[in-house]
Amino acid sequence: MSKALTLTVNGQDHDIDVPLTTPLLDVLRNHLGLTGSRYGCGLEQCGACMVLIDGRATYSCSREVGTLAGRAVTTVEGLGSAAALHPLQQAFLDEQAGQCGYCLSGMLIAAKAFLDQNPQPTRSEVAAALDANLCRCGSHPRILRAVLKAAAKIHPKAA
Amino acid sequence: MTGLTFSLKDNPQLDRWLRFQDDRTVRIGTGKVELGQGVLTALAQIAADELDLDIGQIRMMSGNSIEGPAEGYTASSWSIEHSGAAIRVVAAEVRALALARAALRLNAAPDELTIVEGAFLRNGAPSGIDYWSIAGEINLSAEATGTVPPRPGSTYRLVGTSVPRIDLRAKLTGSGFIQDMALPGMLHARTLRQPGRGATLIGLDEDAIRRRAGAAIQIVRIDNFVAFVGVDETAVRAAAIAAAACAVWENARALDPEQAMPDWVASQPSIDQRIGDPLPEPAPDRVSVRFTRPFLSHGSIAPSCAVALYRDDILTVWSHAQGMHPLRENIAKTVGLSPNKVACHHMQGAGCYGHNGADDAALDAALVALALPGQPIRHMWRREEEFGYEPLSSAMAVTVHAALDPAGRPVDWTTEIWSATHGQRPGVGGAYLLAADALKEPPPERKPFDIPLERGGGATRNGIPLYDIDAKRIDLHLIHDVPVRTSSLRGLGATLNVFAIEGLLDNLAARAGEDPVTYRLAILSDPRARRVLEKAAAMADWSSRDAGGAGSGLGLGLARYKNSSAYAAVVAAVEVDETVRVTDVWCAVDAGLVINPDGLVNQIEGNIVQAISWTLMEEVRFGLEGIATVDWESYPVIRFSDMPEIRVELTEAGEHPPLGVGECAGGPTAAAIGNAVAHALGIRIHDMPMTRDRIMTALMA
Repeated sequence: MSKALTLTVNGQDHDIDVPLTTPLLDVLRNHLGLTGSRYGCGLEQCGACMVLIDGRATYSCSREVGTLAGRAVTTVEGLGSAAALHPLQQAFLDEQAGQCGYCLSGMLIAAKAFLDQNPQPTRSEVAAALDANLCRCGSHPRILRAVLKAAAKIHPKAA
Repeated sequence: MTGLTFSLKDNPQLDRWLRFQDDRTVRIGTGKVELGQGVLTALAQIAADELDLDIGQIRMMSGNSIEGPAEGYTASSWSIEHSGAAIRVVAAEVRALALARAALRLNAAPDELTIVEGAFLRNGAPSGIDYWSIAGEINLSAEATGTVPPRPGSTYRLVGTSVPRIDLRAKLTGSGFIQDMALPGMLHARTLRQPGRGATLIGLDEDAIRRRAGAAIQIVRIDNFVAFVGVDETAVRAAAIAAAACAVWENARALDPEQAMPDWVASQPSIDQRIGDPLPEPAPDRVSVRFTRPFLSHGSIAPSCAVALYRDDILTVWSHAQGMHPLRENIAKTVGLSPNKVACHHMQGAGCYGHNGADDAALDAALVALALPGQPIRHMWRREEEFGYEPLSSAMAVTVHAALDPAGRPVDWTTEIWSATHGQRPGVGGAYLLAADALKEPPPERKPFDIPLERGGGATRNGIPLYDIDAKRIDLHLIHDVPVRTSSLRGLGATLNVFAIEGLLDNLAARAGEDPVTYRLAILSDPRARRVLEKAAAMADWSSRDAGGAGSGLGLGLARYKNSSAYAAVVAAVEVDETVRVTDVWCAVDAGLVINPDGLVNQIEGNIVQAISWTLMEEVRFGLEGIATVDWESYPVIRFSDMPEIRVELTEAGEHPPLGVGECAGGPTAAAIGNAVAHALGIRIHDMPMTRDRIMTALMA
């Protein structure tokens, strides 16, 4: 059943006319032109498709768009832009935390949701928080460093 | 005297490599492509240095089968050694041509002129002319002569510095991949895969598939090739998922779980070859140890993708495969077009780590595009398709045999290898693109072939130890009849060969009552190998290593990749209870002249992480109907919580030419873990992956 739906993505409302069972990821990429969220497995196993839904990191590859009326979706494009990077994106760039880069959108989203909950984490807390996100290039050590660096920048520890 | 380098002999015309563009940039062409290894940044550094340009004035044109140089596949860590060397020679020559023109124009002596960011200075003052104002007077359609020596290393500005990756910012902000291409009128496509060569489609319930799609789709059928095509990607994907149950095949491939075992592979008929020194008569008494590893998947984080458009008699294909010139040849041949009617352009995809489904997806897209002229086709494989149909890395068995002198040092060495091929890239050794099997006249079955040792080797890669041993050889048993396609995965045969060689060396050191580092140094005269070994040992505080056996261990591995590329020594610390946990890795590398130190360390770190994953957890399994490990639950890979502390250091070796580095640490890492586990347990585990089951079995024995 196709039905118009108002979806809030990165603070903007979009009226979209798709079957309510359509995966959010397809709507983001093919209807809204937001290609930052990536198809990796379609099985909620790799994390490349992660977006924030009301601030929580959520797989978008099988999340039906019909469940999202009135919810706030944030994609990697909503974190920052190439000209104005989010502190997490800047930290990833500073640490050169990436090789092929395909997983990075999901990593940034998972890290954002985590730091919002735990602003001053340890390395092992970051590792646990990102464990659902796969990286096949082995950029993990740099990604851990980048997230810790961003945390320190966003929430400097009291001197 | 510089002369023409390897890639330049194949592509002598200067403008294949270098063009001045109207926006005051210089386009540098390369046949090598970005796979996440940072090669475009490194090549841009080389060009910018040689031309006295800022890095921001360089535009890389990579993998363009029409305008760029043909350099085969981006493989075997050759990119800097081949493409980098060619770009350096071309840039030096063009700079000299430009300088000569400028001197003529200014009526100046060439040595009065310098170049800063592309502008000519005369005795340090602006001259009013630059590369672009005289570009029209330089004949770049001429062939390179190789007579202009590149600048001395002492004058490098960018080479040797950690220039940030030129592609990373886009990838952190939501773009940069082939998957993101959107052409006007583009249709999405998915395939129903033919279950093995020779399988025939005898029934397809198209109505049921259309119902499951939920929106309008087209079904493209060409012999045994089937694709679902439409505007709506969701519908196309649903159709493909539904299709398997709606298709009836005759002669579908049948697999047996047993066939996934290295011992099964090793028991198959083989073509045998001895490489290296003859075996002495009579054959010496030898210590022999056997090691194995299973089939491995490349496990790219994205399924393969391609975009194709057939318009005005030209087939244009965008692909993330590793070589656009080979792809053009292979697609043209398969679809019956002249190569000059096919254009292949590289677009970046997720990391592939070797020959995965990328080339095959490009043919799939091309077949659909030819069936639907004028419409751009974006074709993407499904996750289970990537796991189930990409070429695997062959399961292997290696028995290393050493004859010892009275001091317990090896004087005769054989690395005996059982493996299917590691070299089945399309166009190599009669190999072809996957969907060709589904067409009316499939290509002839490929002949037994593997990459010869003089080209780096496939199964044989790193089979010859780098140690001082009087006689060394490889006995290769190349297995042809494995029921799955096998090809190149990062490291190829080196992973198990180094694991085995270094494993036996530790055993021999123990027999001789010597420390593993001391034992190796006593039979190692290559000064560069000694230096990385000593450095890694120092980094890991090796001298404080205990007697082991108490559940924690320290082990090392050493190799020179392909026996001709970068040297890597790795020390791993592990803790073993029911499972193996790698806690620390120290790695020392000699890569010769380093173009980009941080980029190089990034590659080495990644190689180490991937090798830990291979060594501890990865294993393709077969089911009765095909590959059984088709998702990330059945094919687990390393995660953040498994991550050790990794420290990488480079030895000073700038006087040597640059060496490929992206694959150098994998074998030594696997070996270091193997040796560390043996040190921790007092028992050696010979089979990868070192899973909980294998640990428990070893402890019970």
